Amino acid sequence: MSKFKKGKQGDLPAISTASLPDIVFMLLFFFMVATVMRDSSLMIENILPAADQIEKLKKDRTAFIYAGKPSSQFKQFGDEPRIQFNDAFIDVDQVKPSVLAAQAELVEELQPKFVVGLKVDKETHAGLVSDIKQELRKANTLKVMYIVNAKTEE
Amino acid sequence: MAKRSAPEVNAGSMADIAFLLLIFFLVTTTIEKDKGLLRSLPPIDDSEVEPPIIKQKNLFTVLVSRDNQLLVEEELMELKDLRQAAIDFLDNGGSTNAEGETCTYCKGDRDPASSDHPDKAIISMKHDRETSYEKYIEVQNELVAAYNFLREREAQRLYNRSFQSMLEEKEKNQFSKDEKLNEQIEAIKKLYPMKLSEAEPDKS
Repeated sequence: MSKFKKGKQGDLPAISTASLPDIVFMLLFFFMVATVMRDSSLMIENILPAADQIEKLKKDRTAFIYAGKPSSQFKQFGDEPRIQFNDAFIDVDQVKPSVLAAQAELVEELQPKFVVGLKVDKETHAGLVSDIKQELRKANTLKVMYIVNAKTEE
Repeated sequence: MAKRSAPEVNAGSMADIAFLLLIFFLVTTTIEKDKGLLRSLPPIDDSEVEPPIIKQKNLFTVLVSRDNQLLVEEELMELKDLRQAAIDFLDNGGSTNAEGETCTYCKGDRDPASSDHPDKAIISMKHDRETSYEKYIEVQNELVAAYNFLREREAQRLYNRSFQSMLEEKEKNQFSKDEKLNEQIEAIKKLYPMKLSEAEPDKS
């Protein structure tokens, strides 16, 4: 009997932490993959307004148009709100060709479902937005989504 | 010299290094989730056809002035009252639609001076060029909310489930289309068709 007692003595065996790095690396890779670095740097101030009647946006069929005042590094462009598409400021009359080009780059079956996401700073006046919308109507890209921040119900 | 085996590298700090990296990526990650109000613009209409005359009582005019004040049916209104006002207007059901049917599902006041039927009721929004975009979105949000409220109510009444959950289910099963669900969604949309027109701001 004493033969068995011997083994039971002593502390609990230490839990092996050898697999800890593997687990952490797995998490690390997940976040590395999930992280999206901003693809176009904004040249404008872009604080979105808030709303609660929102729908989710499908990224695969969307082109974004930004609008707002040029941010502090781009003061040379003046104080008036400007339109930004991809990485450059554009004028109102360039909206149509830019949007059509973006639509043409999509996969063919998504092209009819093309949505234009409008990310407009809340300080912008609505006249600029209606100019953009007018151009979008001319380009016959009629689905727009006003991108907003989700407002939590009070 | 005697051949020495290479000393084993201590891997104990590996976890710490990985943790550091992990925390860095955790902090910098913003899983982007864009949400917004989806609207359809009207196509450009070049035809010279006279637009049909819409009775004043079927038109709910919302005007946002350059000072971001709200003028609803020629009266000044606070933003918080707009949703209820729009619901009352859409849900009035004072008369019949184009087919001569009365609105059996409306729960409004049946005021003959307000809209005839949800089919005919049109909300017309107009804003000034100087209106701030924030205010514009707030107003849009309230008007969409009015439609959503009514659709939600009908979904509860007819199918005993929320309209939102129906839309979500449709989204989830987008590759295996559920005809019955689609029909139900369309039926509710038809009860309260979203007729939200936007007038162009005056050029000044």
